[in-house]
Amino acid sequence: MAAPLTLLLIVAVTIRAVLFRSSIAELISERVEVVSPLNAWKRVVEGLALLDLGVSPYAGDVFHETPLIIYFFHFVIDYAEIVFMMADTLTALALYFAVKDYNKIVFRKQKYALEADRYPLDCLELIRSPREMLYIPLKVAMFYLLNPFTILSCVAKSTCGLNNAVIALFILSTIKGNALMSAIFLALATYQSIYPLTLFAPALLYLLQRLYIPVNWRRPSFWLFLAQYVFMYLGSLGVMICLSFFLLNSWDFLSSVYGFILSVPDLTPNIGLFWYFFAEMFEHFRLFFICVFQINVFFYTIPLSIKLKEHPVFLIFMQIAIISIFKSYPTVGDIALYMAFLPAWNHLYRFLRNIFLVSVVLLACSALFPVLWHLWIYAGSANSNFYYAITLLFNVAQILLVSDYFYAYLRREHHLTHGLYLKRKDGSEATLVLK
Amino acid sequence: MPMILSHPRTSNFSLGRILNSVVCYLAGVMWFMGLAFEPFTLRTYMSENAMGSTMVEEHFPAGERALATGREFAAHKKKIGGMPVDWLVKTMESQGLEVFTQSFTRKLPFPDENKERYMVRGTNVYGILRAPRASRTEALVLSAPCSEGNSNNQAVGLLLGLARYFRSQVYWAKDIIFLVNEHDLIGMQAWLEGYHHTNTTGGDWSPLQGRGGSIQAALSLELSSDVITSLDLVLEGLNGQLPNLDLANLFHAFCQKIGVLCTIQGKLQRNDWESTSGYSHAAQTMMLMVLKQASGRAWGDHGLFLRYHIEAATIRGVNSFRQYKTDATTVGRLLEGMYRKLNNLLERLHQSYFFYLMPSLTRFVSIGYYMPAFGLLAGILLLRALDLWVQLGASAPGTEDGLAEREQASSPGVLSLLTPVVISHLTGVALYTLPIRSQEMAVQHFPVSETEAVVLTAIAIYTAGLALPHNTHRLLQGEGTEQGWRVLKLAALLYLAVLLGCTALINFSLGFILALSLVPIAAFITPHSPKYPSAVAMVLLSPGCTLLYCVFLFQELQEIPVSLHDGWMLFLSVISQGILDHSLYGSLVYPLLALLVYPCWLLLWNILFWK
Repeated sequence: MAAPLTLLLIVAVTIRAVLFRSSIAELISERVEVVSPLNAWKRVVEGLALLDLGVSPYAGDVFHETPLIIYFFHFVIDYAEIVFMMADTLTALALYFAVKDYNKIVFRKQKYALEADRYPLDCLELIRSPREMLYIPLKVAMFYLLNPFTILSCVAKSTCGLNNAVIALFILSTIKGNALMSAIFLALATYQSIYPLTLFAPALLYLLQRLYIPVNWRRPSFWLFLAQYVFMYLGSLGVMICLSFFLLNSWDFLSSVYGFILSVPDLTPNIGLFWYFFAEMFEHFRLFFICVFQINVFFYTIPLSIKLKEHPVFLIFMQIAIISIFKSYPTVGDIALYMAFLPAWNHLYRFLRNIFLVSVVLLACSALFPVLWHLWIYAGSANSNFYYAITLLFNVAQILLVSDYFYAYLRREHHLTHGLYLKRKDGSEATLVLK
Repeated sequence: MPMILSHPRTSNFSLGRILNSVVCYLAGVMWFMGLAFEPFTLRTYMSENAMGSTMVEEHFPAGERALATGREFAAHKKKIGGMPVDWLVKTMESQGLEVFTQSFTRKLPFPDENKERYMVRGTNVYGILRAPRASRTEALVLSAPCSEGNSNNQAVGLLLGLARYFRSQVYWAKDIIFLVNEHDLIGMQAWLEGYHHTNTTGGDWSPLQGRGGSIQAALSLELSSDVITSLDLVLEGLNGQLPNLDLANLFHAFCQKIGVLCTIQGKLQRNDWESTSGYSHAAQTMMLMVLKQASGRAWGDHGLFLRYHIEAATIRGVNSFRQYKTDATTVGRLLEGMYRKLNNLLERLHQSYFFYLMPSLTRFVSIGYYMPAFGLLAGILLLRALDLWVQLGASAPGTEDGLAEREQASSPGVLSLLTPVVISHLTGVALYTLPIRSQEMAVQHFPVSETEAVVLTAIAIYTAGLALPHNTHRLLQGEGTEQGWRVLKLAALLYLAVLLGCTALINFSLGFILALSLVPIAAFITPHSPKYPSAVAMVLLSPGCTLLYCVFLFQELQEIPVSLHDGWMLFLSVISQGILDHSLYGSLVYPLLALLVYPCWLLLWNILFWK
């Protein structure tokens, strides 16, 4: 498997290198779909310039990266393109190894269950074969590296690629069972953009499952591990924040980064749901709806964690997808990360209900974004409603996609315990409904 | 596997499926033709309050004097053999304008045989009348071209006359810029880019020394005779962009008020919509507009303003054999009225429609009415795609027992799908880049001029693309499967649907015309359809041939039909103009056709010859 992976990496890096050198790189880095006020390269450069002048980079309202990122780029600014290509490669490799490990575990579990005769007889066709699973890690890496969204994001030098790399490393270390690294990377991801906080729950569930500790409030071992993990997480988060403070000697970054993410002052259009809504709203209701919108991102953690507590890796996928749909400044780079996981759920394909519709809508919307932007901003013949309509449709399609996968996953699990051909009590054929 | 699939294949062309596609197609075409029927269209009305409810009076008295200035201009032009810059500067200065000049040079990628130019060198002269009543943050433009030969002298004369008269009025709240541009669109492009500090097409021009405020609206005047019988309004701009409908309304309102005959597409309004000839008149007018819009060209000097979000139109004086003549004073009064109304604007024209078709000057079809016609055509593509998807899904469970088999079948599948896609697009890239790049080589080896070389190379590459399927298959070792062409066709259908949809949003006419020709072949082409008739049908409906029909149809609608040979020559010149428009002004039609539409058509061609 090493040869195809190497080939893939070479192809991916070549495409990026060629695009970096072409004239469209500049065009891409201006697109609102690809860069947001949070991760635009232009703003990183601005922050660096301010830093070099001895001014706080957070003076003014341009720079919203974390202090660690600015110091990181302070040293590697000359190699920025290579850094971004490396970040993508790293993400892909991390996902590759993570999914490979995960598949091994899934397969082992399946074997035990088969040996214990736990599956109903008619479910044999749902059993996954090693042959079918062989190419999945490679496909995951391919989905990430060759996804046009990732390529655009990388060519625009959006720092979203770095965040993705951190999250991918977090997933890898979690799946490898390394609690310390997992906590550190999770803290780093949280430090970068707050929202990955919701990945705490799946990581904890996964690590507990790996150590065979049941999620039970009365067991001291559960509390002990929870305390350990929380301590590692908060400890490393604290270290990072203190480090940031000592680097710049001010707490400005808290309001400029986290305040900026949470209170959404910049309403530049993007592919998310916030900008139009808050541009239209009366100032009076703003605080209330900001709270509603932000709580919305975090809220799904609770029901999903309860429903998927046996399947933490799928929960990670769901959480990443929810973050990238509902976060305040989403870009296509965020979408690319969760889309990379889709090959890992290949076996759910037969239970997906509207994958065709969703993929057509996603495809059409991706093409319509620049067209409607052109009509709105350059030609002046359309207006913001056109663009927002497409944003809305794009997000609805994403939500449908995610909920479709969720339904398919639950349905497969249901069949694995209750048999494939369900009968009602009266003997007629039954169908499953997601409630 | 083929055995499993043989059953769905035979039912593939069941009558129902063909029927609903045909019905959709006919419904789309009928809907489109119905748009010209008067009861289905809306009456135009002035939406902009600032222009609708206020009264202005027109007093421009000096038509004769303007014509005299025009004659003087003509004399100087003739003496110098080009734009009389010094005379223009002196005259404008004597009228109290701030006068500036801008020189520009432009080397065309290849000689333009229609206008006989290659190395273009010229000067724009413009004078700014500063607004006495407001803070000079906004401006209006009145332009007249300084053309070769004897045309448009009266336009420049009237422009200067109006400048003199406007100068003496106190009510101007916006700067008025009087611009005389040389070499029509090339000069206009240089001036606009200089004004807005952009350089999109790599022209070489000197920076502007003086500016007014941000330009709100512009009119370009073309007038070649002392008296006129009617005024024609030209709206179509670059890439099919149209000005706000209120500008057309304004023009029409003043023509009504002052009593000037006004036309659009050179066609008068008729009131007998119940009669067949009345309907066909409206349909002709609308179709002329559709063809002009689809061409993506700027059909007057105003066309480039639209790119900068400036509402603009060209007003063209027509002198035909009608009895009823209008003199220059009346035209001057009309322009005065329009500028006074535009002067009253509080914000940019935005109240009325931007997407419309006009079957006559008083009637328009808005986007909500014409989009369904396109939607019905695009719907066929989506229906066929859904159909294919279902067929693909139906054949997949057949391999439940042999998952391993499917793995093997699908891995060369990706390659066999990707190869045609990549090769078609490379052909597209060749069609886009080679004609201009290889003109020198072609001129050395063949006895043709540069322009012919470019056009003929383009046609040659276009034709050579037809040989691709055979070579594509030679590249691929394995043979294409049933599944393979279905997936490829699914991809091509979705590609085409998205492509046409996006095109129709930017330029409805282009999208609709392409849909008319491409949808039938996209819907019905399969490797099992009879080879030769299908191949002939595909070639006849290919984008290149569509362009040829459009050329003939356009001539027919303008009531100057051409012979086959002239039509062919016209077709060649249209291609060269399209390429020139792209490299000079950034028109998108040529790259769209070469880089996207043509490869898409090649994909379908590949499916027909799938082995």
